[in-house]
Amino acid sequence: MLLIHCPYCEEERPELEFRNAGEAHVVRSANMAGESDEDFEKFFFIRSNPKGIIYERWRHIHGCARFFNAVRDTVTDKFVMTYKAGEPKPKKLPGVAK
Amino acid sequence: MAKVAAKTAPASLSVGRRSALAGREALGAGVKVEPLGPAERVSLRAPAESAASLSRALGVTLPEKPKTSAAKGGRVVLWLGPDEWLVLDEEGKDLLGDCAKAKQLHSAVGISHRNMAISVSGPAAEACVSAGCPQDLSLAAFPVGASTRTVLGKAEIILYRPAADAFRVECWRSFSDYVFTFLSEAARDAAA
Ligand SMILES: [Zn+2]
Repeated sequence: MLLIHCPYCEEERPELEFRNAGEAHVVRSANMAGESDEDFEKFFFIRSNPKGIIYERWRHIHGCARFFNAVRDTVTDKFVMTYKAGEPKPKKLPGVAK
Repeated sequence: MAKVAAKTAPASLSVGRRSALAGREALGAGVKVEPLGPAERVSLRAPAESAASLSRALGVTLPEKPKTSAAKGGRVVLWLGPDEWLVLDEEGKDLLGDCAKAKQLHSAVGISHRNMAISVSGPAAEACVSAGCPQDLSLAAFPVGASTRTVLGKAEIILYRPAADAFRVECWRSFSDYVFTFLSEAARDAAA
């Protein structure tokens, strides 16, 4: 079982308590009605789906119930780090060369 | 018609509320699983600025640290999230009335009959709950007074440890048959 660090519970918890909630840092337009079809498609449907490091929203649904963000490697399933919702994308990742 | 209704009303009032787990009990080597009696329950949501006012109104200081609880005079407040608590009163005192005395912003929802509580006690209680709960329940990681929302098998529960060899398992009423049966089966296998 994976252990995921919840930034609100401040400890590692079993993966059974969590739920994935899609890609993180997808910015919603402030003027949705003015969006072109192409831009709306990009916002609504198109996801990066990378091989390697991905930024995702997760929810500690059977714990504190909070949404937070996680950096995960899609090849190894390793959680690189987690941080609170609303915090900016981390510039430096621990243990990841770039 | 009105007369008839007036006459029959007292009879319907005498119908008692029946616990979903009435009469059930499970014994294992070193562990006992049994339903707990009714309690007043409130789901409390409030920002940090309201915590002091609510603590005064309830007579218990709302815990701020994850996975902790606070107990005073028959009342227990369990930390569930950064702005969420479950308040229990086993003496049936009016929790909602007390919350209403707090003038700061908060949401208090009465959920007394939504949940059932199950007691798991005895030297093998930890082994019994661990049969279905993926969290580390050793005393080092889950000390006396610890509380958390988590899972037991396929059901969501709220787990509270009032003593080293005792757990209170709260689950939704409709899940209580599953949760109780799961714990009963676990009790047969658990050994201290
Ligand atoms: Zn959490």
